[in-house]
Amino acid sequence: MAGIDGTLLDFKSLDLLADGDTAIHRLDPRAKVLATLIFVICVVSCGKYELSALFPFFLFPVLMITLGNIPALYLAKKIAVIIPFAVVVGMFNPLLDRQVMLHVGALGISGGWISFASIVVRAVLTVSSALVLVAVTGFPGICAALERLGMPQPFAVQLLFLYRYIFVLAEEGGQMARARELRTFGTRGGGIRAYGSMIGHLLLRTWMRAERIHMAMLARGFSGVFHTRRHSCFGLREIVFILGWGLFFITARLIPVPHLLGALVTGILQ
Amino acid sequence: MSHHIVEVKGLEHTYPDGTPALRNVSLRITHGESVAVIGANGAGKSTLLLHLNGYLTPTAGEVRIGDFPLTRETLPDIRRTVGMVFQNPDDQLFMPTVYDDVAFGPLNLGLPAAEVGERVKAALEKVGAAHLQGKPPYRLSGGEKKRVAIATVLSMSPDILVMDEPTNGLDPCARRQLIGLLKDFRHTRIFTSHDLDMVLELCERTIVLHEGEVKADGATRDIFGNAALLAKCRLEKPLSMQGCPVCGTK
Amino acid sequence: MHMADALLSPAVGGTMWAVSGGTIAYCSAKVRKGLDDRKVPLMGVLGAFLFAAQMINFTIPATGSSGHLGGGLLLSILLGPYAAFLTISSVIMVQALFFADGGLLALGCNIFNMGFIPAFLVYPLVYKRIAGPAPERTRLVAAIMISAIVGLQLGPLGVVLETVFSGISALPFSAFALLMQPIHLAIGVVEGVATVAIVTFVHKARPEIIREALGARPMGFRPLRTVLVSFLAAALLTGGLLSGFASKNPDGLEWAIAGVTGAEMLKGPEQGLHAVTTALQKRTAFLPDYSFKNAGNRAIGNAGNSLGTSVSGIVGGLMTLAIVFLSGFLLKRRDIR
Repeated sequence: MAGIDGTLLDFKSLDLLADGDTAIHRLDPRAKVLATLIFVICVVSCGKYELSALFPFFLFPVLMITLGNIPALYLAKKIAVIIPFAVVVGMFNPLLDRQVMLHVGALGISGGWISFASIVVRAVLTVSSALVLVAVTGFPGICAALERLGMPQPFAVQLLFLYRYIFVLAEEGGQMARARELRTFGTRGGGIRAYGSMIGHLLLRTWMRAERIHMAMLARGFSGVFHTRRHSCFGLREIVFILGWGLFFITARLIPVPHLLGALVTGILQ
Repeated sequence: MSHHIVEVKGLEHTYPDGTPALRNVSLRITHGESVAVIGANGAGKSTLLLHLNGYLTPTAGEVRIGDFPLTRETLPDIRRTVGMVFQNPDDQLFMPTVYDDVAFGPLNLGLPAAEVGERVKAALEKVGAAHLQGKPPYRLSGGEKKRVAIATVLSMSPDILVMDEPTNGLDPCARRQLIGLLKDFRHTRIFTSHDLDMVLELCERTIVLHEGEVKADGATRDIFGNAALLAKCRLEKPLSMQGCPVCGTK
Repeated sequence: MHMADALLSPAVGGTMWAVSGGTIAYCSAKVRKGLDDRKVPLMGVLGAFLFAAQMINFTIPATGSSGHLGGGLLLSILLGPYAAFLTISSVIMVQALFFADGGLLALGCNIFNMGFIPAFLVYPLVYKRIAGPAPERTRLVAAIMISAIVGLQLGPLGVVLETVFSGISALPFSAFALLMQPIHLAIGVVEGVATVAIVTFVHKARPEIIREALGARPMGFRPLRTVLVSFLAAALLTGGLLSGFASKNPDGLEWAIAGVTGAEMLKGPEQGLHAVTTALQKRTAFLPDYSFKNAGNRAIGNAGNSLGTSVSGIVGGLMTLAIVFLSGFLLKRRDIR
């Protein structure tokens, strides 16, 4: 079934990218997580009608992609998937907000269109930063960073277990879905009873698997507490990374560089 | 070397729904022995194994590991002494990376980080999986997962190694590698298996379980020579003892 | 039903992050204190189960479309509210990171809408009230159906409120609500049907699982009410503080930086930020008099001049984009060499 298998493959390929060995990959995860957080906050705090002010922010994902050796086309495809959602989310703005704000020659552009474009650009920026973060840090790295930054340990453990078993469960689910598909000749699924039974079986097997994992944990001395390894290598490079990007984001947020640039150029041209 | 002795006396176990799983099982395994527990599906092999590290408690009878009877207080020591590898490695590898899984046991023992690192390295080298250290379990092959699962137990330095269906699901090459590995271990080894050829190769002693009872306990060769016994217990001779299918010699 | 970063203002997003984060911390403490360490692997694999189950569809009769399980109610029934909340939160987080479902800032909102509401509002106040301690079949089915429908009305309502309070979408409250709520009525029925199918199956096959989950430590309503009240209070306080700070010092951040660097900041973006925050403050001022529709227009009026002179803005914007992508391209070329 294309659904589950495709999703799983996608998941795995993003996870695989985290194995790369570039300078960006080698940075401590906390630096990358913090930089991304500052990025998202600055982007999202831009005003409703800011459009060109958002453009300098593209430098962050672009640089991370190039320096982190992430295949740009792959990422672009993943981002392209969410654009329709962003469009749906923002599409009421042009309809409801007709007040003209911008004149390009004789053409008047309404505030609605500008805020719509702003929404789409914002979506692309935030989504790409999240994907890039996973691609250069890896999920366990992100969890470890968040835990060091204050996330409660039981939740970190939960995230890691979830991540570990998604692959297993998705394969099981995929096998079941495939088996069902092979026996429902074009009638798309076989109704709610088959579904309930299928998912019910998956749930029961999952429950029993949890018991077996618990057995294995006990067999290796588990007594309720997780001991995480600590290796911190938060050094000068990380500090430079965070400060550098942080300053850039805040500056870009406060000073409309594109406007200045444009004013400069059009001033020269006139 | 009394702490390597596994002793089971009159063990009875009944499931919560009333079905008897084990009836009056008694056995004694001494240091360095390599023993197989064989029998039909449902004969009680896995249930017996789960008593050896205290996961299940007997309804009657006693289990002693070394000098210690199995009680609440002695559980941590017993779980350090008896290393158990389960049938499905996906149930055993539950940490994000191989290193984390192999380090799980030693960390629970309270060992300092440096020593944990050494133990992990040693365990992974012993099973030939040192290069897999940073990988997440889903990217390992079946054979690699099995080997890493063994390493997760070895890092605790157990004296007794218990394995439930070790060669299950392995391709012939991985199986051969595993058998080679297990041959080298000096621990007391207890296996359950349907792979009777492996049993013939690795274990000098075999215990046959049938419907929860011990039907035979002796030298592997003798047991596999007893056709009537094997048939009664839903077993047969290992393929290597059944004669050559090509030239027909028996 | 995922809330998107693009529609979220920092004030609303930050508030919801605080609420969700606080709940996560509270539930983590509760789960850690609970003596059942079987819950640890169970939560993990049930989260993975939810992930996988959400990718399997079933056909809805008479419509030909397909539906799938949301799972919040199911997990609350199986695990109890605290563990269920952590599990749902973890799934939402993984979806946000790997599949861009919702965004990073919207994580707090999504965890609240799809985790807090089912586990701490619907489960104790609707499901348990109807089902009671040992429900037989019809009562169980009724409890699940009603809970699912209620949950899938409250969740989207949360999305609507969060969007409207953020002020980035031009859609007024009434229109948005009219769009979301009826659709989610149908989705709620679907969720209820799916959950009933699964729960009845499990109840038949291994009734002790359901019994165990239901019989587990009866939920004292008083402590839960305290939890709810304290969180709502925290949310209001944080939201109020954030917007209060913003309005008191509309150019707070710029002012602070100007004070430190002595530099003078330029006009454009300040008005943008100011407009949004004053609009927000006007909204959190108290409810009866307030009309959602007008608030949107007010924001437009104030933010209008943030664009400055139009042409230079466009030119500058295009140039910035060109510079950014060119630098990326050049860097890549250098790496390859």
